[in-house]
Amino acid sequence: MVINLFVMKPALGRDLSHAIGCLRLKLDIDSQQYKTGLRTIKTMENIIEVNGLEYSYGNFKAVDGISFFVREGEIFSFLGPNGAGKSTVINILTTLLPVQKGSVIIAGYDLATQPEQVRRSIGIVFQDETLDRDLTVKETLELHGRIYSMQRDERRRRIDEIIKLVELEDKRDVRTRNLSGGMKRRLEIGRGLMTRPKVLFLDEPTIGLDTQTRRRLWDYIKLVNDSGTTIFLTTHYMDEADQVSDWIDIVDHGKIIASGNPAKLKNALGRDMIYLETSDDEASMNMLKGLKAVMDVKVAAHGLAVTINTDGTHCLPLIMNRLRDGGIRIIGANLKKPTLDDVFVHYTGRDIRNAGVEKLHRIQPRRSR
Amino acid sequence: MAFEFVTIYWRDMLRFVRFKIALVASLVQPALWMALYGAAMSSNFSRLSSVMAVPEGATTISYLTFMGAGVIALTTLFTSLFGGISLLFDKNWGLMRELLASPMPRNHIIIGIGLSGMTKSFIQVMVIMGFGLFIGVRFFPGYTTIQTAGAIFGILLFVGIFSIGFIFLSSAISMTMETPEGLQAVVTLLTLPLFFASNALYPIDAFPGPVRVMSQFNPLTHLVNGVRYFAIGDDFYAIGAHYVYTTNDIILSLLALTAFASIMFLVAWRVFKKAVVT
Repeated sequence: MVINLFVMKPALGRDLSHAIGCLRLKLDIDSQQYKTGLRTIKTMENIIEVNGLEYSYGNFKAVDGISFFVREGEIFSFLGPNGAGKSTVINILTTLLPVQKGSVIIAGYDLATQPEQVRRSIGIVFQDETLDRDLTVKETLELHGRIYSMQRDERRRRIDEIIKLVELEDKRDVRTRNLSGGMKRRLEIGRGLMTRPKVLFLDEPTIGLDTQTRRRLWDYIKLVNDSGTTIFLTTHYMDEADQVSDWIDIVDHGKIIASGNPAKLKNALGRDMIYLETSDDEASMNMLKGLKAVMDVKVAAHGLAVTINTDGTHCLPLIMNRLRDGGIRIIGANLKKPTLDDVFVHYTGRDIRNAGVEKLHRIQPRRSR
Repeated sequence: MAFEFVTIYWRDMLRFVRFKIALVASLVQPALWMALYGAAMSSNFSRLSSVMAVPEGATTISYLTFMGAGVIALTTLFTSLFGGISLLFDKNWGLMRELLASPMPRNHIIIGIGLSGMTKSFIQVMVIMGFGLFIGVRFFPGYTTIQTAGAIFGILLFVGIFSIGFIFLSSAISMTMETPEGLQAVVTLLTLPLFFASNALYPIDAFPGPVRVMSQFNPLTHLVNGVRYFAIGDDFYAIGAHYVYTTNDIILSLLALTAFASIMFLVAWRVFKKAVVT
């Protein structure tokens, strides 16, 4: 019941994103630059601030001077093909790798000098399964609460709350080896939330899960985000990133190459296509060519294919009005917007899914050993 | 004061109890060893040493009793050297990232694992002693109940310090290894010299010079000294050698083991501080 409420929220957020995305285009803002005033913000506080972060493995510079920030309360997606330096950044932010160069502030603490406070402020769901298969669901949470030095009463109360939240009540005393993939993931997310962290890091939270399980997981994640927890996300599923993210940074070759909210990123490609069937295609074509927003008009199978350079959502009604004013009857209209996949390919020259397959194969033998 | 190491201890013991096959095997294996090897060697050594003259005033003890102390020491060595393997599994397939990314100081992992390894060794040693007494090992000869309790405490003290030292070593190796096979290879490499250059199964008096010196630096020798002192006494005769332990000898052995355990802790701590698991 609660979950249904949350499905509505991002939808609203997305409309807002569209509007803002459109606004940004009209202002002709360079897509590679931050204009913070236009970010879909919930607060103005930066929960994560990364400045000039560099990391090298020997001579290989995996992270090459990255700077970005995450607003408190948002869902921030950090995307990039394999080998882009994404995992290194996450490992640094989650204190598993040291800060070699640059500065990272998380929840007000300097990662280099106050790692313990940072650790107490964050929750992590690791990409690979990080569970003890011989412990039960309850014991897994118990262990987490203890190593984060939670007091016994609070720990007990939180364990009950978390088990309820991730709907594992009837699995409470079942060992994690006997849980399904989705249940394990839910448990790991619940564990990440035990200590009420300010930021929850989710590294590929839905990898290897079926569609239904993925959807349920997103319901939990949105629920968590709505209660105020900032989410730092990486995923190989562009549709997921598109639906949930308030802001996306795309990283490649150790650098941030694009950033924006999903709508803005997609619109920035300027590749919205409008398919039109009209009573007079030739007259329509001449009329449309005069419009500033129209980049190209081609004759397609049953009408016209119009490439426009602004947000089609707002451009389409204008085009239709113009044609009607010119005495042309519109029989059909269809708008195709670029997907986040297109955005990804545009900026990285690579397809994240193909890059992802490799990764899936890599981690699978792990469980069978 | 932080007590997170108790959590590590709790979790490792929980796994020990749950992993039934490993639990049973770890208890049956030393008993079997003592029953078979002990019985076979005991009759051989008895025959060989029967022609030797026993020095005036020394108490002769059976080979089974003599090696009983050795079996306790060897079992503790094997168990402890492999004790860190759970960390290797955690690192590759389990909880290690969760532990390393937590605010818990990393030396708590080492201490927790060390204490649980020590507990496992205590359980094993008690089982071996019980079984040994049952098949004819003459430990605690003529001791009163209080003396026996004191002797057991002394044995456990030696076993405890020895085992925690080797658990620290094993943990350090495990954290630097990529695979269980690597750990196995290193452990095997370590086990045999420690095993043979010690007084666990035979006296060191007849060793060639260099090996005898080696054996003096072998923690296993010091553990066996302690166990024999408490379990058998400070003056006895076995397989052609006359054993006399002074209090100073035993204190020296205890100090040697303590020094060994302390150094191993520092080694493990260093490895853990630098450990990167991603």
